[in-house]
Amino acid sequence: MTPVAPVQLLPESRRGLLLGVRGWSVVIGVLAVIAGVIPVLNLVVPVGNPLHFGDYGLALVAKIMCYAMCALAMDLIWGYTGILSLGHGLYFALGGYAMGMYLMRQIGHDGNYRSDLPDFMVFLDWKSLPWTWTGSASFVFQMILVVAVPGIVAGVFGWFAFRSRIKGVYFSIITQALTFAGMLLFFRNETGFGGNNGFTDFKRILGISVAAPSTRMVLFVLTGCTLVAFYLLARVIVNSKYGRVLQAIRDAESRVMFTGYDPLKYKLSIWVLSAVMCGIAGALYVPQVGIINPSEMSPAASIEMAIWAAVGGRGTLVGPIVGAFFVNGAKSWFTQAFPEFWLYFLGALFIAVTLFLPRGIMGIKDRLKREKGVEVKA
Amino acid sequence: MRRLTLRSAFIALVAVFGTVAAPAWALDAAQARAIAVGDGDARIAALQDAVTRADPGLATFAQALLDDSVKTTATGVFIVHDDKAVDAVTGQPAKLPDDAEDVSNNNRMRGALQTALSGLRLVSPELATRRAAVDDLTKDAADPALLPVIDKAIAKETDAGLKSRLERLKAAVQIAAPDRAQRLQAIQLLSSSGEPTVRALLQARLAPDAETDPELRAAVAHAITQVEGRLAWGERLGVLFTGISLGSILLLVALGLAITYGLMGVINMAHGELMMIGAYTTWGVQSLFRHFAPGLFDAYILLAIPASFLVSAGVGAILERGVIRFLYGRPLETLLATWGISLVLMQGVRSLFGAQNVEVENPSWMSGGIAVTSNLVLPYNRLAIIAFAALVLLATWLLISRTRLGLFVRGVTQNRRMASCTGINTTRIDTLAFALGAGIAGMAGCALSQVGNVGPDLGQSYIVDSFMVVVLGGVGQLAGTVLAALGLGLMNKMLEGIAGAVLAKIFVLIFIVVFIQKRPQGLFALKGRSAES
Repeated sequence: MTPVAPVQLLPESRRGLLLGVRGWSVVIGVLAVIAGVIPVLNLVVPVGNPLHFGDYGLALVAKIMCYAMCALAMDLIWGYTGILSLGHGLYFALGGYAMGMYLMRQIGHDGNYRSDLPDFMVFLDWKSLPWTWTGSASFVFQMILVVAVPGIVAGVFGWFAFRSRIKGVYFSIITQALTFAGMLLFFRNETGFGGNNGFTDFKRILGISVAAPSTRMVLFVLTGCTLVAFYLLARVIVNSKYGRVLQAIRDAESRVMFTGYDPLKYKLSIWVLSAVMCGIAGALYVPQVGIINPSEMSPAASIEMAIWAAVGGRGTLVGPIVGAFFVNGAKSWFTQAFPEFWLYFLGALFIAVTLFLPRGIMGIKDRLKREKGVEVKA
Repeated sequence: MRRLTLRSAFIALVAVFGTVAAPAWALDAAQARAIAVGDGDARIAALQDAVTRADPGLATFAQALLDDSVKTTATGVFIVHDDKAVDAVTGQPAKLPDDAEDVSNNNRMRGALQTALSGLRLVSPELATRRAAVDDLTKDAADPALLPVIDKAIAKETDAGLKSRLERLKAAVQIAAPDRAQRLQAIQLLSSSGEPTVRALLQARLAPDAETDPELRAAVAHAITQVEGRLAWGERLGVLFTGISLGSILLLVALGLAITYGLMGVINMAHGELMMIGAYTTWGVQSLFRHFAPGLFDAYILLAIPASFLVSAGVGAILERGVIRFLYGRPLETLLATWGISLVLMQGVRSLFGAQNVEVENPSWMSGGIAVTSNLVLPYNRLAIIAFAALVLLATWLLISRTRLGLFVRGVTQNRRMASCTGINTTRIDTLAFALGAGIAGMAGCALSQVGNVGPDLGQSYIVDSFMVVVLGGVGQLAGTVLAALGLGLMNKMLEGIAGAVLAKIFVLIFIVVFIQKRPQGLFALKGRSAES
């Protein structure tokens, strides 16, 4: 594995502050936009005013922010630890399903069949909830599941895989098989999670209407803050000694081992953390998009996560977020304007980024900066 | 589709039969009128009466009734085809009177006509027709009204095998007879059968209101165990066969993948799309044959195999030269780049040929199959694919182990630098080996086009499975790939019988993850210095 970004040591003076002055001002600026400017433009500025921020845009940005969390999670394991997962869609979907179960129970009696059970269970002629739905009426319990289920699945799988030192391409395609197996499992009606239709038609969250503008805005702000929090968390990790070991594992795992570190602990912990991040992203995604179904677990969906991180720039923390916005922005534009060209574009992006831009968009930025620096010196 | 062809073949047969039988046209006028005109019960009674006497000419007449091409007047009955009328009684051309009326048949009458036709075919002079008729009648519960015809057929039947089947057919009717002795005899006769329908029939007799005599109930239960014992073998062999069939497909799919992975450490995510290209090439060749040489249509496959190999190999070589070459040493990036290629190829095919599946017709010799037992039929197309997979495997093995190119490929696989030092042009070997792997994928696509749908998504459905074969089999050894492919195929099908298709697949995937724990490098790991880079 060639190093994607050199390990950078921050100057001693900046370490306690995490980011530089510019970094912090950008973070605060982003938070202000998410929690202040956009809500005002969406809720206060009337529809029709050129400054009005439409609901469509709001939903799109919210969705992409969830994707950006996944991209960040991918970056932690791939960009910084050198493990390429082609199955993180599984964790995203598991988090989403845990949230979806709660939302399904919140529909209560208002489903098409006016039954206590979710509609799809009435349709299957089930008389009671399966055991997997035991705590689904409790918001707190389901929120624990959002973190616990992806965490445990990733922990068990990762422990087995890393313990036997499965690496590289082998590991990647096994993660792909895992998410594929999950997709097949959730496609079955008997599994008890709505089969291929999944969950949809949500009505309420915590007793409040999901579709109400204020609810949407609260979810939007929550998503934005979570994304910023994840970014800061990732920054802490990367700057810590723990983060350095991760990068060392990426660059020369055997040497790390010979130096006396146990890569298993490091790899497993970052693996579980990234899965949990995806799970939380999924849980935020479901109430805002209004649907969760097994296609989120398809291998293609998981590979797309890798390309978000790659386009933005692996081994940088801003990169994956930029990449997620770039790719998904392009996707929503293409699928409206030229639906038949979207896959060409996406395919070309995969090829072009791997061939010409190993460090993604952030790499371009650095290169421009360097060229400028040379000019100044000359 | 199959029903339709069967039906049209049957109609053609009846027509032939009808003309042959024309001289001995012995349906009399009163009978024909009785069958064609009147109220339902009387018509059916007349029809059944005619069937018991197996009057020649009745088949043509009954078929004509089914086709709604019979017209009647006050005195005559006519069969009308393409505006030409024939007298139903004499078989001679006749002029259709102006006052002729259509005969309409309700569903009950139609059912009776169908049964009568099957019954008539039981006494046909052709052995094949008789056999087909028995097959048809065995499929669903036979009509008691046919009993006289079956008796007549048994008396006339000369073929021993068919005769015993006819007797069982008779028993299947008689099992519900009011007479106890007849029922007992029927049960005993049926216990010698090995057909799934007989089992279902016997099981139905065990329903509380079907068979009331306790002694006979015991006899039925005993007969069921005997029949099931015979069926079990067919089922077991069936699982084995479908398992091997799936395994041979997986082998074809994974063989090319294993070569490129072993040689270059590159997992080619576009492998499935190279298969798709092979399948579309087959479709193209087939369409050309249909258009320009319909007479040689059955032989198109002989040209389609090399064509699909060459086209896919060509695309593979371009990909290797254009993209993959620049990514050596970065296997994870290759994974993503080849995924991008697969997206482009898929969308490209969609743009060129449409998103719908294209229809690839089997050569006629591939339809049908060998019936080993009543519940085990080995379809020719599956057999052909197994044989084809074996041939491809043999050819690949010869190529790798006996030719100079193979020697180079093995050398580069084992130690790229050393091979380069001895003067092997490793970049050329890479291109050739990648093209070879792609070409084998193309042939796999050609084979798949004979058993499944051909569409832009063809490759996607096999890709995960074929990766699993490579993971399980390890790299650098054909034997590992073969064992893994057959093992996975068999395991999949066996578990499918127990747990259903989806759970079977999940179990297999979990098994692989666990198996990798024990042998991280697959079944056959390369040993020594080349094992870990």
